[in-house]
Amino acid sequence: MTEVQVCKASDIAEDGVLIVHIDDLEVGVVRHRGAYFAYRNHCPHQGGPVCEGVRMPKVVAVLGPDRGYVRSEFDESEVHLVCPWHSYEFNIETGVHAGDSKVRLQKFPVSERDGNVYVTI
Amino acid sequence: MLVRNPQDAEKDTPTLLAHAAEQARARKYEDFLIVDVDCHHYENASFPEIAAYIDDPVLRQNAKVQGMGGQGWTSPEGSYQELNGRIGRVRDRFTEKTPSSPHRDITLSLRWMDALGVDIACLFPTPMLGLAQIPRLDVEIALGRAYNRWLVENVLANEPRIKAMLYLPFNQPEACYAMVEEFGDKPGVVGFMVTATHQRAVYDNAYMKTYAALEERGLPLAFHGSFIWGRENNFSLANRFITVHSLGFTFYNMLHLTNWIMNALPERFPKLKLIWIESGLAWLPFLMQRLDNEFMSRTSECPGLKRRPSEYMREMYYTSQPMERVDNAEALPLTFKMINAATQLLFSSDYPHWDMDLPSTIYDLPFLDETTKRNILGENARHLFNLEPIFGEQKLLRRAERALQNTP
Repeated sequence: MTEVQVCKASDIAEDGVLIVHIDDLEVGVVRHRGAYFAYRNHCPHQGGPVCEGVRMPKVVAVLGPDRGYVRSEFDESEVHLVCPWHSYEFNIETGVHAGDSKVRLQKFPVSERDGNVYVTI
Repeated sequence: MLVRNPQDAEKDTPTLLAHAAEQARARKYEDFLIVDVDCHHYENASFPEIAAYIDDPVLRQNAKVQGMGGQGWTSPEGSYQELNGRIGRVRDRFTEKTPSSPHRDITLSLRWMDALGVDIACLFPTPMLGLAQIPRLDVEIALGRAYNRWLVENVLANEPRIKAMLYLPFNQPEACYAMVEEFGDKPGVVGFMVTATHQRAVYDNAYMKTYAALEERGLPLAFHGSFIWGRENNFSLANRFITVHSLGFTFYNMLHLTNWIMNALPERFPKLKLIWIESGLAWLPFLMQRLDNEFMSRTSECPGLKRRPSEYMREMYYTSQPMERVDNAEALPLTFKMINAATQLLFSSDYPHWDMDLPSTIYDLPFLDETTKRNILGENARHLFNLEPIFGEQKLLRRAERALQNTP
């Protein structure tokens, strides 16, 4: 395990992402609601640049008391990274696929100290 | 004398309706009340404002992304293939910068082909696949022929790496025959394509001379999967595009393939090669088993057949995309075996559509040997279409660089 300083904290805007190349590894350092998350920028589906896609809240179905469908809503508490190749959606905080928890992004520990961002690979 | 040039006039409503205003004055309409009980506005001009009033936040977001009309959410087709902004490459393609020459379609095609490692590609239209459903036969024929001519003259004639199976206006059998006669020998034309949602039966005797013309030239006949949603009874029960796409893109090919076999067309046109496009592969084991099982009891209903249906199916060709590969480590190898994929499967990407597949979907399969991978990725198509192998420039450069590196 090696800790690598990848950038200054100010290099990544809120809701932004920075793609860093550490040797042959391409890592997306994602900033979301003040926290940092780091994933291999490689979708487990077909290898798409998953960290570079749009972010969308989880879509949930609202049911009535009779269990009938009422409407859809965005669950703003769970935001997804969406792979731009095929729309595979992953929880931005965990890297777990929205529909199949066995499918996950490769996640790396990330921390912020003294204005710098570090990723451990 | 008052002289006015209409071209100089404002195109506004008062100018257009000046004579109506004259009528109103002449008839002294000011003396009584007039009520118009049916008039219209074009509310789509205010669509972003209207969308903001949708209560459901997910539908509101969908509406803002898609707008009104086109082939989208609010159209009779009801489609929203690009997943409401989650996939942006089709949108971005319209603003991608290209040089003035060669034709933009050539430049854009070669860019993705080089990136994926594809050397030769068979190009199909996107919205014009929907010509199959338009109500006017003359429009389908006129647009289909215009598209074919345009593609042959502007794209195929100028880029040997791009081929096409041209559009057949299947609603009009005579026009299909004329299309094959007119374009069948043009450079770059490697076959002809029917959009599978045509509501015409493939066994109609009116098509026999078209099949004969294709067979004689050695040109394959392809059926390209598609869907109908809002205007078709069965799929109007679906309330999500995922349902329509999952079933529709396979259903119509299943129907035509079954009709093709049960009417013994493989026996009647034994050298005509059939290709089934964009239905994936998972439907094939189902259909083979189902048809064989029925055939053993109902042999009398299909007297032209000399073998089980699955045996004819094993001699047809199938494109790979969208290849189902979700936790199916046992099902996929069996599927490959059942369809004799080593010789009958043709790699396809469907780029740039939302469910495109890369060559790695084939190349990374652990149960295929290197020769079979290469057959599926290229050699099967080369033999089927009698292609001259042309490699992409970038691949030739990489090969030369590797040769240099290996030189002592």
